[in-house]
Amino acid sequence: MKYGEVLIQGDLNFTVNRGDIFVVMGGSGCGKSTLLKHLIGLVRPYAGRVLFGGQSFWESTVAEREALLRRIGILYQRGALWTSMTLAENISMPLRQYTRYSEAEIRDRASYKLALVGLSGFEDYYPSEISGGMQKRAGLARALALDPDVLFFDEPSAGLDPISSRLLDDLIIELNRGLGATIVVVTHELSSIFAIGTNSVFLDVDSRTMVATGSPRELLEHSRDARVIRFLTRGEREG
Amino acid sequence: MFFSSTFEAQSDGSLLIITRGQSSAPIQRDFEVVRRCLLSVKSGTRVTLRVEGIVEPDSGLVAWLFSVARSCKGRGLVLDTSAIPEALARPLGLALSVRERGDARRDERRDDMLVAVGRATHHAMGSAAAFLAFIGELVAALWLCIRRRARVPVRDIWAIIEECGPGALPIVALISSLVGMILAFIGAQQLRQFGAQIYVANLVSIAMLREMGAVMAGVIMAGRTGAAFAAQLGTMQVNEEIDALQTFGISPMQYLVVPRVIALIVMMPLLCLYADLLGVAGGAIVSALTMNISFAQYLQQARTAVHISDMWLGVFKSGVFGVLIASAGCMCGMRCGRSASAVGIAVTSAVVAGIVAIVVADAVFAVLTECVGL
Repeated sequence: MKYGEVLIQGDLNFTVNRGDIFVVMGGSGCGKSTLLKHLIGLVRPYAGRVLFGGQSFWESTVAEREALLRRIGILYQRGALWTSMTLAENISMPLRQYTRYSEAEIRDRASYKLALVGLSGFEDYYPSEISGGMQKRAGLARALALDPDVLFFDEPSAGLDPISSRLLDDLIIELNRGLGATIVVVTHELSSIFAIGTNSVFLDVDSRTMVATGSPRELLEHSRDARVIRFLTRGEREG
Repeated sequence: MFFSSTFEAQSDGSLLIITRGQSSAPIQRDFEVVRRCLLSVKSGTRVTLRVEGIVEPDSGLVAWLFSVARSCKGRGLVLDTSAIPEALARPLGLALSVRERGDARRDERRDDMLVAVGRATHHAMGSAAAFLAFIGELVAALWLCIRRRARVPVRDIWAIIEECGPGALPIVALISSLVGMILAFIGAQQLRQFGAQIYVANLVSIAMLREMGAVMAGVIMAGRTGAAFAAQLGTMQVNEEIDALQTFGISPMQYLVVPRVIALIVMMPLLCLYADLLGVAGGAIVSALTMNISFAQYLQQARTAVHISDMWLGVFKSGVFGVLIASAGCMCGMRCGRSASAVGIAVTSAVVAGIVAIVVADAVFAVLTECVGL
């Protein structure tokens, strides 16, 4: 992955299994969010491929890509809601675009998704009228609009109070177990990493590549890599 | 910084840098001397930092010590900070504890003229290529809409039409009637010399219908609507809203740009006709007030002067201007960077690009109509 001539991360090779809660972790500025942008098809990798169930994203046709994108949902760091639409319209938009549900059915689905994230009754609010945490949850409701197989979360707990962040973690686990969604989370929040992660990849700033992969708990117990241990113990244990 | 700094070479070849407090004024020159001295010593030399007589250690002092310590490190000198008081040593230690990321620092070199020109040319070529790519994508998206292969957000088109059309009426009325009046004044002054004042009607009506109505409406819309498009799309880019559209598999071109282009294609000819009407009316008022030409006379004269093709030419041009304004605004918005100042730049360049495009297109039209004999 490169921005212009600047190498962000290279030599990355990992697999997210169906049903995983996969954590992308690493220190600030190591390229976690950049990796996410590559995974969701916003940025084309400088070299290499991104595969969805064996199908290469960038080698597919435009129509195939659209079909792949329809199967994923993304929660952006700051929600990235469409600010000119109400919350209900935000959720209805992809439904209108891709499904043939009646208006009433779309409205019901939007209300249901909002209720899932604890925003019942906020259907007709604009994103600017609600708090940052609520925007984030509304962003999640939108990500869920098309019942995606894979959900991507960019720093879900950033900017949330401890309780909301815990609730979001619970919600992620619920989505994973209840709906069987595969979940990819970019975060450096240790409590979340241990609470939800079943698999992970650790990106290192200095060597610009991944240095470990596996379940976060197992990495904590068995990893021999000093950088991973330092990160997972908040620097209290040195390798 | 109210302290001074000196250095002493010790007998064992090491260097002692002494910083003293309570100096009455900041002494920048001392610092430069010390820095230069650090650059001249051999690597591996031992450098001892000592601080004397500082009552209240402030961050300026620590910053100075930090800069000395960093140049020592950079030059491979051995630094001894044991003689620094605890209150200063701790923040200094904290600043030095995390080592600088290898490639974080950017060179502050200035390009010479040749490099700067090359870079600017390269950048301009890139922009031109991006513009062509944008136009290509736009045409493809419009074609899909015409063939009904793509969903056109009709509701959005109506909303945009409402926003850019009726809202612009007062300003278009003001500007175009004033332009009509100005034309009449200038014409009256010149034509009076030949006693041909009545031909003011010809001048104003032909000029308004063929040129000024479309151009003035275009300039106003570039400043008003083109800028608004760039600001809207630019802010969406900053908020990652456009990313969100893309990752839903919704083409921003079809969803955001096409409705805006269609809205302006619809609205510009109407605004142009409105501007034509008010411009001619402005000319009529001036003629009546300064040359005693009655409205009926003026209108009669204007009707003999203009041909219906003059009006259609203006209307057609305004439609083309609409496409140009909307694409300039949308393109600048879509290519906006991710900061507040980038939105400002996007808006500015949208207006400039819009007006330039209008004038250039108008010149092309002038040549073409001349060739065709319209």
